[in-house]
Amino acid sequence: MKNCLTALLLLTFTCFSWAQTQATSVNFETQTITMAMTQEPPQLNGMKATDQVSIMILSHVMEGLTRYDRRGNIVPGVAERWEVSDTEATFWLRDDAMWSDGQPVTAHDFVFAWRNALKPQTASEYAFILYPLLNGEAINKGEMDPAALGVEALDDRTLHIRFERPTGYFDKLTAFVTYFPVRQDFFETKNQRFGADAEDLVYNGAFQISQWVHSASLRMTKNPYYWDRDNIHLNAINADYITADTRSRLNLFIDGKIVSTALDGETYKDALTQRFRIRRFTTGTVFFLEYNHREQRVTANLNLRRAIQHVFDPDEMVNKVLATPGNLPGKSLFPVWLKGKTDKFRQEYRAPEAALDLDLAREYLQKAKTELGLTAMPPLVLLVGDSPTAAKQAEYLQGKLKSTLGLDIKIDIQTFKQRLAKMTAGDFDIVAAGWGPDFDDVMTFGDLLSSWNLNNRGRYNNPAYDEQVRIAMNSADPKVRMDAMGKLQQIVFDDAVVLPQYEQGVIYLLHPELRGVVRRVVGADPDFTYAQVVKPNQTK
Amino acid sequence: MSDSIAPSFTPDYTPASHGHSVEQLSRPSLSYWQDAWIRLKQNTRAIISLYIVVSLALFTLAGPLLWQVDPALQDLNQISQAPSFPKRALLADPYERWQPIILDDFPREPETYVDVDLMPAPTGVQPLGEPTTQQIRLRWEPVVGAGGYSIYRNQHAPEGINDLGLPLATTLGGNEISYEDRLNLEQRDYYYSIVPTDGFDEANIYTTIKVLPTIAITRDEATQRGLIDADTEIQIGDPLSLRFHPFGTDYLGRDMLARLMQGARVSLFIGICAPFLFVMFGILYGGFAGYFGGQLDALLMRFADFVVALPFLLFMILFKIAFGIGPGESGVLPMLIALVLLGWPGTARLVRGQVLQIRNNGYIDAARLLGAKDSYLIIRHILPNTMGVILVTLTFAVPGAIFTEAFLSFIGMGVAPPTPSWGSMCNEGVKTMLSHPHELIFPATFISITVLAFNLLGDGLTEALDSRMRSR
Amino acid sequence: MLAYTLKRLLAGIITVWFIATATFMAMHMVPGDPLMNDKAVSAEIRKNLEVKYGLDKPVVEQYFIFMGNMLQGDFGISFTQQNRRVNDIIRDHFPVSATLGLLAIFFAATGGVIWGALTAIYRNRLPDIIIMFLVILGISVPSFVFAALGQLMLVNINSLLGFSLIPVAGWGTFSHMLMPSMVLGLGTMALLTRLMRSSMLEIVNEDYIKTAKAKGLSPMRIFFKHQLRNAILPVITILGPSIAAITTGGFVVELVFAIPGLGRYFVQAVQQLDYTVIMGTTVFFGAFLVLMVILVDIIYGFVDPRVRLQ
Repeated sequence: MKNCLTALLLLTFTCFSWAQTQATSVNFETQTITMAMTQEPPQLNGMKATDQVSIMILSHVMEGLTRYDRRGNIVPGVAERWEVSDTEATFWLRDDAMWSDGQPVTAHDFVFAWRNALKPQTASEYAFILYPLLNGEAINKGEMDPAALGVEALDDRTLHIRFERPTGYFDKLTAFVTYFPVRQDFFETKNQRFGADAEDLVYNGAFQISQWVHSASLRMTKNPYYWDRDNIHLNAINADYITADTRSRLNLFIDGKIVSTALDGETYKDALTQRFRIRRFTTGTVFFLEYNHREQRVTANLNLRRAIQHVFDPDEMVNKVLATPGNLPGKSLFPVWLKGKTDKFRQEYRAPEAALDLDLAREYLQKAKTELGLTAMPPLVLLVGDSPTAAKQAEYLQGKLKSTLGLDIKIDIQTFKQRLAKMTAGDFDIVAAGWGPDFDDVMTFGDLLSSWNLNNRGRYNNPAYDEQVRIAMNSADPKVRMDAMGKLQQIVFDDAVVLPQYEQGVIYLLHPELRGVVRRVVGADPDFTYAQVVKPNQTK
Repeated sequence: MSDSIAPSFTPDYTPASHGHSVEQLSRPSLSYWQDAWIRLKQNTRAIISLYIVVSLALFTLAGPLLWQVDPALQDLNQISQAPSFPKRALLADPYERWQPIILDDFPREPETYVDVDLMPAPTGVQPLGEPTTQQIRLRWEPVVGAGGYSIYRNQHAPEGINDLGLPLATTLGGNEISYEDRLNLEQRDYYYSIVPTDGFDEANIYTTIKVLPTIAITRDEATQRGLIDADTEIQIGDPLSLRFHPFGTDYLGRDMLARLMQGARVSLFIGICAPFLFVMFGILYGGFAGYFGGQLDALLMRFADFVVALPFLLFMILFKIAFGIGPGESGVLPMLIALVLLGWPGTARLVRGQVLQIRNNGYIDAARLLGAKDSYLIIRHILPNTMGVILVTLTFAVPGAIFTEAFLSFIGMGVAPPTPSWGSMCNEGVKTMLSHPHELIFPATFISITVLAFNLLGDGLTEALDSRMRSR
Repeated sequence: MLAYTLKRLLAGIITVWFIATATFMAMHMVPGDPLMNDKAVSAEIRKNLEVKYGLDKPVVEQYFIFMGNMLQGDFGISFTQQNRRVNDIIRDHFPVSATLGLLAIFFAATGGVIWGALTAIYRNRLPDIIIMFLVILGISVPSFVFAALGQLMLVNINSLLGFSLIPVAGWGTFSHMLMPSMVLGLGTMALLTRLMRSSMLEIVNEDYIKTAKAKGLSPMRIFFKHQLRNAILPVITILGPSIAAITTGGFVVELVFAIPGLGRYFVQAVQQLDYTVIMGTTVFFGAFLVLMVILVDIIYGFVDPRVRLQ
């Protein structure tokens, strides 16, 4: 009994003593914030990183030639100025750009990184983003020596680039992780372990990783050598929690442990009762149903696809099925935020909309049956992943097509890799897919359905479509490019190539004392680089 | 009594009669199992469990005959409704896509820069048309210098700029002065707040308006749900009753009661058959191993270890491919086989442990000396004594199997959507357990009741089979 | 005794070898591979990746390479966390899972034995019935619910107090471990309660108990000295595999409480078809399980002399 009491006392003591040392979400005195990550960053080697979390971390600790400001405009990064023409570009690096060990960032670091990322042995999945560089694609395919890449360091401070084809948006590309510099001597001493731990990286960004306990926490502290250090207010960003569970993160937020968390269709109700300020953000990703256009599939039939186009109601999908604010009804392959000639692309080129018309849809279905020589449509296989939202959306669609067109849908739920295997093999009629932007230009969506694009899982093959993509690719004139994209938008609609469902939006909470956090469609999201903690009484 | 010799003389004594009078059998002789059966019938717990099982069977089999609602029918006007009496709705005009009001005589982007903190609150915020659960349309007067407006919606009156609620949208342009909200509307008070922006940052000021929408349904929807016939004389604005959902609806507006009835089939089948089969197999396997012992035991138990250590998910995916379950097909039988194949080692280990403990007891040795055969020993002496433990594992395997079924259906092996099962309804309900608890509570209750029935039956059986309690 | 243990260990190694082989075959038979990703890569890059990871070789050859490396205690590099060795993953995260799991087992075993004994003593009376209902609730409701409710409880306690008494998630101190381990042990506790009850009832009428009673021993003494020791056997049987299962199967709890344990790797590795992590974790888990079973069998011999070790 006595032992029990002692144990109890000890236990209470540990609990209390811990409570005092626990970090809170924001600290004005030390300018420190604590956040949660959805997963452990899988790859902090910038040349190979592909996922959201790694890119988020990397964008805080590394910097490319350029960077985005808080309104999404390109501003100087390591480069202080640049010139881009149709065939070449020159970047002049700033003198005070340093690595976290005090050595200067030179043009050679970029040459090394880009050549290395394109090397076949590196097998970088994002190598294609370097293809605008002269010979980039040939090098990546192993047909040419990496030294032949169209980039050279004229001196330590001047980087000269030759293009494979006109790339008007090249300054936007240089803000992306694959374009970040890597120092050759450091990379070679680390060999295979480059990026494996905090000490296996050297940093040139606003922060540096000072501690990394795998799957548990990651600590970023201010980089004392960063050229713009005077405008960096945060001293440390602690990622102390790793969980993909939204409710768990909301609980951490309520408990004052993390600065920000995304909400879903359920947790926003708690946020409302807690009277938190809810914010909204459009992720830039478009979700759509991709039809299988391979010949033996019924979905290769245009009239069947049109029939579905005329009964599917993206508005209902967004308002009743997704039922969280921020999502926009899918009307086009091109999301609303993309820039066009001068205004937004979708303002300049209105997306055509199919009328909800059951009679017309039935007519199309009848035509499809006649063309296919069928008396009844066979069940369509809808391939989806094993996430709760995917299942819910699939069930909605199943009910919708059954009650309107009498179409039977077989939902094929597959785990991640098995779904990919089926997508690659073309073993589906319809697949629920999404596409997020890799860079800030219409082309990131535009060439998705071109016949050579491997991500065109439905194998849509239309020379007219390919033609427009080529026109846009080989021109630097915004009008020519946007006109071509406008035509693409029309083709996607007329041919009912894919069925846009929604543009993804998220709602999230942010600590009111933290200012200057930027959410981005492309690159680091969220971006805490220029954030600062304000005094509690300064909050709105 | 008949074999006593008739006396030829009268002695001083009479010999005690030989024979059987000493033990008079007042009742017919009962075998062990007969006796157990009698005791089971007298056991209250067993009887209760019997009633529960019968009611569950009725619910599953006869229920759908009485409650003829299509469990797959979606009603997006009644999403996640708690159990309630039928609601009334007004017949509304068919929905037409709406063009937002965009003023021609007002600049889209501010002509002169106005500091966002100095902007005035929008005035004249008012609903356009009758607010219904189909749509709520708002308009307001433009604010000079605004480059857009953010629209917020809350369920309580906002207490400040940080308490405006859900950020519904931001219009792009100071001349776009209206908004249509269709986001999952219910019949309740909504507080809409309009905040002007400079095209990027929001002002610190807002105007709030309270709106109470009425429940409305369009003629098409009403016809589709079978609420009215196509030729019914009913005018726009007339009231009509919505479908009655005694147990509420789920996240796609499907009737919970119908889904529970349909879901019972899969869940009860898997939840009863799988544990029964693998516990049977486990008993045989474990009993065999434990009774014979030695090298055989060692070999069998190592095989059990092997099966336990296999990664479950991986092998389930493999089974799915091996059985050739196509998309949208029901894989209940393959799933049953897979569950049995991977599920038995636990019971086997437990039974073996029990057998090891029992087989050296005196009564076993005694029975063996009396010439009992192995099979007799196992059935008559060893198994009844391990029954308690076996029944406990059987009971616990029931919810285990139900949830495994749900998990497997979730990864595409098992029942195909839209077919429900209690387990998958539970998993869906978990996500909304705080705001719509009925979606979790109902399926969880049914699972609990099933488990309870087995628990009671198990207790009853244990008592009935316990030879030490014989005829007490 | 030593000979017996050695024999068992040898058999264990063979078992693990079987587990490794079966898993290796299974994961290569499942469609898809670790190199596939959301974004499709060109045939050239794919080939380079295959060469890099040795997936271009015939499966049989890959098997022998894997076995060779495994004998040297090297499981290779993870596919999903490309700079980490599988050995490091296990070394970093197993201690976390083990701590959590042992604490959970501790809660489950103490709780199970106490509640089980209570139900047996108060058989068919109110405490028995209440505990039975709780047990049924405990196993009929998904563990995710308890995890979420447990965490919600902590949040509410903290906000009532105005400071963080017990952290709602994360890992590091004992106070972090309390709630997750209780939630994790709940299912096992329910099972042990029922097992304990049933085995207690089986021995309650044994002669030695009657003798003890007749001798006038105090009920407490009878309980601890005779009943508990005899009834606890099935509990121990189930404990071995349970320890193994709980220490590695806490996926849901790890997710909700943001705990850096091994459980998430078990699930994610299969979803991602991360070959090296699947093999590493499965072999490790297999070995751990086999060890636990051996341990339990040895303990058996001590607790119950009737069970002789062959």
